[in-house]
Amino acid sequence: MASNATEYIQHHLTFWKSSHEGGFWTLHLDTFSVSLILGFIFLAVFASVARNAKMENPGRLQMFVETIVEMVDTQVKEIFHAKSKVIAPLALTIFCWIFLMNTMDLLPVDLLPMVAQWIGHTFFGADPAHVYLRVVPSADVNATFAMSLSVMLCIIGFSIAAKGLGGWTKELFTAPFHAEGLVMTIILAPVNFAFQLVELAAKPISLALRLFGNMYSGELIFILIALLPVAFQWILGAPWAIFHILVITLQAFVFMMLTIVYLSLAVEKH
Amino acid sequence: MEFNATLLGQAITFAILVWFTMKFVWPPLTNMMDERAKRIADGLAAAERGKQDLEAAEKRVADELRQAKQQATELILAAEKRANQIVDEAKDAARTEGAKLVADAKAQIDQEVLRAKESLREQVASLAVSGAEKILRKEIDAAKHADLLASIKAEF
Repeated sequence: MASNATEYIQHHLTFWKSSHEGGFWTLHLDTFSVSLILGFIFLAVFASVARNAKMENPGRLQMFVETIVEMVDTQVKEIFHAKSKVIAPLALTIFCWIFLMNTMDLLPVDLLPMVAQWIGHTFFGADPAHVYLRVVPSADVNATFAMSLSVMLCIIGFSIAAKGLGGWTKELFTAPFHAEGLVMTIILAPVNFAFQLVELAAKPISLALRLFGNMYSGELIFILIALLPVAFQWILGAPWAIFHILVITLQAFVFMMLTIVYLSLAVEKH
Repeated sequence: MEFNATLLGQAITFAILVWFTMKFVWPPLTNMMDERAKRIADGLAAAERGKQDLEAAEKRVADELRQAKQQATELILAAEKRANQIVDEAKDAARTEGAKLVADAKAQIDQEVLRAKESLREQVASLAVSGAEKILRKEIDAAKHADLLASIKAEF
């Protein structure tokens, strides 16, 4: 059982890769396709609602979409005081996409991998033991870092847009420690620069690792629960799944909120 | 943890999602919601205005009603007064008319009486004269004593 369990877990934690050699240009096809499909679902639902939005007698779906939009809009307006056309759609996309990706966690851990194994075996003649599928894209560091690094680029972009390239560069060397006099300025410049770099790097790393850690651990525990005898799985599985309804929403919300906060900090002068 | 090109792919997907949301999801939805909020606010304001108008109209109606009532009361009072006046006038007229009729009748009666007295006197005078004539026929020449006769006649 021990080796069996190890194999089972390892199988669940292996990505469906575009090539077996590894290396940088290998794609995680499962992360990529699942997140792409979820993103399109999000866009399809929201865009169709936006296209057919009625001012009077909105339907249930429209009300649901409006509630989410309203929530995001309220948060953005409360935190981010400058004018920007990008930040609210960005926050909405982050919230919905992460929420959908996290929601894949609530599917039974073996459901989609088994479907993939069946399809791979039946139509492509693949060995089921070598058909891998990880269905939770946000439990892949590539997905979370892709978003958090994009957010970091937005932070830099917003900073430069708000303060100008010169202002931003100057701030890199003169904050957080404000020096008086030329000598002190020169002495403090590397210190400030180091602090700024750490600050800049800490944001995407913390964003990405927080989401990744939560989702990865959640998925791992679901896998462990799946190792229990079938009759007892619900005892742990049900509470963990119910708890995870909270976690997936909270993680999506936290990612969105922190993005808004970081961007609002980026446009403010120190 | 293994980083690879998936990160780039995910970032591109993310950028496309954000761009699409920015272009086709967010503006129409928020515009519509803002417009709806505005319409609701307008509707509420209009309702408030309508309520105030209604109150004003009700007040005006009450005012006019009160005024009309007052006018009606005044009219009725005036009419009553006028009626009393007319009745009084009619009474007065009737009274004067009656008095006049009575006076006329009295005057006529007096006249009749006077005339009757006159004729009676004349008759008495002529009777007396004729009596006296008869008595004095021989002694008195009517022609000679015409003056005397006339004065006697006048004395009656």
